[in-house]
Amino acid sequence: MSEIVRTSGSLRKRLMITLISGAAVLAIVLFLIVRGYATQIAQNGQDNILSASVSSLLDAAVVQDGTVEVDFPYSSFSMLDTELDDRVFYGIYQDGRLLSGYEDLPRPSLKDGERRSFQTLDYAGTTVRLASAKRTLVGATGRTEISVSIAQTQDALSQTLGDISQTVTLFGTGFFLLIVLLSYWATTVTINPLMRLAMSVQRRGPQDLSPFRKEVPSEMVPLVSSLNTLMGRLDHSLTQSEDFIAEAAHRVRTPLATVRSYADATLQRVTKKQNRDALRSMVRAIDESSRAASQLLDHAMITFRADHLEKKQIDLVALVQELVVRLAPIAEMKDVTLDFAHDDVVTTKGDIILLQNAIRNLIDNALKYAPNESDIYISVKSDPNPNVMVLDQGPGYPVEDFDNLTTRFARGKNADGVVGSGLGLTIAKDVAVAHDGDLLLSNHEKGGACAILSL
Amino acid sequence: MRYFITVIAMFFTWSASAQDWEDRSVFSGADTSQSLRVLSSTDTSFFEPIINKFRIAYPNVSVEYLVTTTAEIDKIFRASPEDYDVVISSAMDLQLKLVNDGYAAKIANVETPDWAKWRDSLFAFTIEPAAIVINKAAFLGHKIPKTRQELIQSLRARPALFQDKLGTYDVRESGLGYLFATQDARASETYWRLMEVMGGLGTKLYCCSGAMIDDLESGKIAVAYNVLSSYAKARKGQDTSIEIILPADFPTTMMRTAIVSDSTINVKNAENFVRHLLDIQSEGQKDATTSLPSLFLNPGEQTIPLEPALMTYLDRLKRKTFLLEWERAIVQ
Repeated sequence: MSEIVRTSGSLRKRLMITLISGAAVLAIVLFLIVRGYATQIAQNGQDNILSASVSSLLDAAVVQDGTVEVDFPYSSFSMLDTELDDRVFYGIYQDGRLLSGYEDLPRPSLKDGERRSFQTLDYAGTTVRLASAKRTLVGATGRTEISVSIAQTQDALSQTLGDISQTVTLFGTGFFLLIVLLSYWATTVTINPLMRLAMSVQRRGPQDLSPFRKEVPSEMVPLVSSLNTLMGRLDHSLTQSEDFIAEAAHRVRTPLATVRSYADATLQRVTKKQNRDALRSMVRAIDESSRAASQLLDHAMITFRADHLEKKQIDLVALVQELVVRLAPIAEMKDVTLDFAHDDVVTTKGDIILLQNAIRNLIDNALKYAPNESDIYISVKSDPNPNVMVLDQGPGYPVEDFDNLTTRFARGKNADGVVGSGLGLTIAKDVAVAHDGDLLLSNHEKGGACAILSL
Repeated sequence: MRYFITVIAMFFTWSASAQDWEDRSVFSGADTSQSLRVLSSTDTSFFEPIINKFRIAYPNVSVEYLVTTTAEIDKIFRASPEDYDVVISSAMDLQLKLVNDGYAAKIANVETPDWAKWRDSLFAFTIEPAAIVINKAAFLGHKIPKTRQELIQSLRARPALFQDKLGTYDVRESGLGYLFATQDARASETYWRLMEVMGGLGTKLYCCSGAMIDDLESGKIAVAYNVLSSYAKARKGQDTSIEIILPADFPTTMMRTAIVSDSTINVKNAENFVRHLLDIQSEGQKDATTSLPSLFLNPGEQTIPLEPALMTYLDRLKRKTFLLEWERAIVQ
């Protein structure tokens, strides 16, 4: 029955992928921003120290007797000491001419009006940060411009940045993993109501067409209400057809009874063998029709009652005993003995009318197929759960039809010539299922059909 | 092992070599192709035990040990860094500047304290305070000065006795003398007063500690200021006429340092030499065979720190200013 449903990916997967890729993008962006910011701060730190060092050199410059002296303090270079012993290069210039320091150090590139500049450049085989500043001195002989450049390698800076990157990577990865876990949790929480709904649809019995009453998230309301509407319509149309069948059966049964009494009366009157045979055939056909009609009625009744099951405490022994007594006359007609055995007390909870109907159908079946002058063994036991067994000495069930015997209007292949509608076992089975039990059919090893209604 | 080690010490006359070495010794190894040229300011006698131990560990390597002044070392090495494998000097500032200027190779994973190395290239292997060394005879019956201030008082108290009987480094010639002088001047103004007092009494100027101690022993001078205590201690073993005073006001402590030339082709041997040197000199392996002080610092003691600031007084302008002031004080 299950049709192949076409899928367009999984909601859970889609949600997870969206959340995780979003988190990954965020983690990378966070890493880049923090690293960029850290680089800027670290660079600012180095620039500040270089700038202070340059200032202290520049401040020490004085013009004395026409010559420039720069008696800068020890601390000018001392402050440039770093954890990784970065190298220091410097140049002191008077009007662009080197006074002291490293000859090949790039000259300060100070534009007019610019007092301070910072550059990152390659020098002495490595990357250095160069800070420059200038100052105009006024001496006896005129104005002179002193500029100072100090360059420092960036080993400590790189290490700091490396450390920061490592820490940020660690945090980023941590956050990412946390978000993955959160996504999984969020996805599960979101998907769960849907899964619960799907499960409860799956778990429902074939007869259960009642609407869903449980609370669902607002997004699922349209789906569930559509489903409820659909099931309501289905239930309605099923009920209608059951009603129709019951009504039809009822309407057919009464005229049939009339026709049968007329046929019986006529049978008394005709004497020709040919006519009598025809009438007998007619009576049998009428019997069969009326039985089918009453079983259809029974079935409709059972379907209805199964939907609104009223469970009461029942004495199963008494129930079967009564049936045995009631059916004894019919058995006597075939010289069949109903052999009834039972445990002392067997009680169960259930609908008495349904159970009566089911068990009567089982005994009816046995009576129909049991040969003349044979025994039908009926037992009621409470172990392992309350069950009723009916065993006859007839031909047994046709092996190849076991699976179909309990479907409507299916009759065993050996049923030819036996009056029946094919609803008996169906009714018994439906009643068993309605009581959360089962109907077990088997063939006895010495021949004969064995039906066990287990509750 | 000693049998296999031939120590050939060759003393070149002043004119025999293109370069004027104070001392040049070759310690031959089994394999003539492997040789190390060590440029050093430390007297051969101090280094011979260390080199001999190195040769026991590396018998194939020949060592050529070249001695000159710290200022000369800087000049020679900067001129041709590829000719020398290891540079050893007591002038920390010059050594640090060599590293800063990229003349030294890095040696990885050397086990030495942080304060005793710079950029994994410059490695300190001794701790040597500068000392005031006196001839005891001059202080008979007088209080022996413990600080620079007390020395000034002593000198002022008996100027006639000390006239022309004082000695110190000629900081214009000696790199170590210049380092001591600049660090003293940085630490306290007392230095300048002492120099003025010493200048007034006619101080003799020396190239090196050895010469100062020679003159102290012979009685030519009575007080020598800023003498390497290690040299003085080594000499004191034989002589009881001198006394070594480590100034109590503030100590100036130097570390002898070694670097491996960045342009050497004997990288492995040069590195091994420096590692070996540090092994011998590091604490706990102090060997009686060498008279160099080990690399051991008592808690609370400090040396001149290895930092870029050492380059301050190497600046041309700073040096000019300092020397001018120094000359004004002492060369009167």
